[in-house]
Amino acid sequence: MGMETEMEMETGNIVLCRFIDTEGIPLGDPMYIPHQTGRLQLTELANRFLNNEEKLPYSFYVSGEELLVSVGTYIEKRKVSMEKILMIVYRQQAVFRTRPINRISASIAGHEDSVLCVSFSPDGNQLASGSGDTTVRLWDLNTQTPMFTCRGHRNWVMCIAWSPDGKHLVSGSKAGEVCCWNPKTGELSGSPLTGHKKWITGISWEPVHLSYPCRRFVTSSRDGDARIWDITLKKCVASLTGHTSCVTCVKWGGEGIIYTGSRDCTIILWDVSQEGAPRFKLQLKNHGHWVNSLSLSTDYVLRTGAFDHTGKQYSSPEEVRKAALKRYDQAKGNSGERLVSGSDDFTVTLWEQSVSNKPKKHLLGHQQLVNHVYFSPNGQWIASASFDGSVRIWDGITGDYITTLRRHVGCVYQISWSPDSRMLLSGSKDSTLKVWDIGLRKLKQDLPGHADEVYAVDWSPDGERVVSGGKDKCLKLWVG
Amino acid sequence: MAQGNYMDLHRKRHGQRFDHHERNRKRDARKAHKHSYEAQNSLGLKGKLISKKNYRDKALMKKTMKMHEESSSRRKTDEDVQEGAVPAYLLDRNETSRAKVLSNTIKQKRKEKAGKWEVPLSKVRPVAEDEMFRVIRSGKRKTKQWKRMVTKATFVGPGFTRKPPKYERFIRPSGLRFTKAHVTHPELKCTFCLEIIGIKKNPNGPMYTSLGVMTRGTIIEVNVSELGLVTPGGKVVWGKYAQVTNNPELDGCINAVLLV
Repeated sequence: MGMETEMEMETGNIVLCRFIDTEGIPLGDPMYIPHQTGRLQLTELANRFLNNEEKLPYSFYVSGEELLVSVGTYIEKRKVSMEKILMIVYRQQAVFRTRPINRISASIAGHEDSVLCVSFSPDGNQLASGSGDTTVRLWDLNTQTPMFTCRGHRNWVMCIAWSPDGKHLVSGSKAGEVCCWNPKTGELSGSPLTGHKKWITGISWEPVHLSYPCRRFVTSSRDGDARIWDITLKKCVASLTGHTSCVTCVKWGGEGIIYTGSRDCTIILWDVSQEGAPRFKLQLKNHGHWVNSLSLSTDYVLRTGAFDHTGKQYSSPEEVRKAALKRYDQAKGNSGERLVSGSDDFTVTLWEQSVSNKPKKHLLGHQQLVNHVYFSPNGQWIASASFDGSVRIWDGITGDYITTLRRHVGCVYQISWSPDSRMLLSGSKDSTLKVWDIGLRKLKQDLPGHADEVYAVDWSPDGERVVSGGKDKCLKLWVG
Repeated sequence: MAQGNYMDLHRKRHGQRFDHHERNRKRDARKAHKHSYEAQNSLGLKGKLISKKNYRDKALMKKTMKMHEESSSRRKTDEDVQEGAVPAYLLDRNETSRAKVLSNTIKQKRKEKAGKWEVPLSKVRPVAEDEMFRVIRSGKRKTKQWKRMVTKATFVGPGFTRKPPKYERFIRPSGLRFTKAHVTHPELKCTFCLEIIGIKKNPNGPMYTSLGVMTRGTIIEVNVSELGLVTPGGKVVWGKYAQVTNNPELDGCINAVLLV
């Protein structure tokens, strides 16, 4: 503390403060810091307190607001009492930065009907889209041209999902069949998997750290069932029946639990960790209307598997699993895997299902139904998109309200996070995409260009590109 | 009691023969044979009629049998691929039943460029001044004739107050004032009741435009914010032009076609 006393002599302006983490656990003792301390100095202090070998970037928050100026300026501006300890919340930031998306790179025609779903592969090198013209199309990202047109579905392609190792692509259609495609050749591998009686609403793959190579995935359908399929056996392994109405969303969690949200207003947890048939584990009841969307705090890591921003390649399956597990543990953090659900009753609910089957927090504020909820890649934020035209940001750990992002003039349909969690992308009925800055809580970039409603958006896991598709039948690629 | 019911009455009073059902059964069983005998041995017109009837009955029977077969046999249940695909989160929602592409702005823009000055009613009957206005006699002896009353439907702004009588040359009767119009979207083929924002142009002259007179062929501006049209930049379209297609002063309402 010798250094600080010296500074005190120089300036005479000091403030007593203390670092706490997002859950309110203090780090170190309260300390005196001079008024001109800025972010750089605070980052250095935090790194020293945490004994980090390599310096990590942090952002600092005081009473829910990011500290962008020096401490003294902040105190003057906000007229904070000098008699209390200033609690500074530190949040670790991604070590890499995603370039903000600001212009259109290509507008590719090809689909003959609305584009209903788009998805980048987990390594960000491949792109697939599903459309109302019953085809799945794969696109060449380097030349920005169509690569393969995959025909095989009998009706609209409602959803697509890449396996976390990027070797399989699965799509579900309105007729209820599931097709597996080989993304290298664009060919249908085997015949379509049938079993669902109504359209498919969601697909989720088994995480890499639980099994590698990827084999199993789960689909949810309008007929009220979720089914687990095996891609090598080409058949349905198990059927998860229990919901009394349309299953709207399904997630395969990292702890060997499958989460299904349904229009019967409940969320069911299925235990698939043991050998044998999946077991009903828990039913979460809280919502007063349909559950529309679920998200796990580890969603992004589960989607990308072992691929991270460094682009490292692994030679053996064991290494891949280990790398994926490491990433998963890092994303899970101390607070475990959290679940958030968005509903037609205008609320979002945060669950900590490892602790209790009661909701941790109700997130109230939306004035219309919540269509999409999404945890940020680092698990620190929750974004919820609503039909009232706003996107709300919540604290991912405590569930506190952070801010509302208003600018859309129509329903917000889908959202997507940048890999570094610093930006959010939203696609809306008003035919625009918008990029939001989470730190500044402001609109960063408005991306007009679509001629009609935007149904699907995705930010590539390598952060380079954004893809969007909608009712105007063309796929648009955006770059920074 | 009706005349024809004596057989029923008799049956009620005395019952039926003990072998009645048995006789009926036998007659039915024999019927086919008898019918075929007649069909084979009838000659001339009678034979023709019988064979025609047989043919008709047989076709009908085949049809019904096929229908029964259909209800029990399995067949493809999925319907055809429909136009206008929507994502899973919009299926089963009421908003999806919206008529057609409302905000397809590309199409609108192209049309605007092609025929900017093309309107559905290109020619209208000119309205003479004495049809448009009625002279009001004023003054104590009713000798002055400088006041006019508009005999057509008019639109006045929301904050309108009449001028003092001394200065009011044109009277717009409150009974002929309109604030809403039934506007038809020509592509969607559906009609909305929209608020009028203003009069863009009356083909009969700029004076009528400034007076807010709405006759057949007048271009009015209507408030379309409820329809949810958006520009390519993502802003809500507020006002759009429409042309009056009826004679409002005769019909008591305004019908118009949206100019897209």
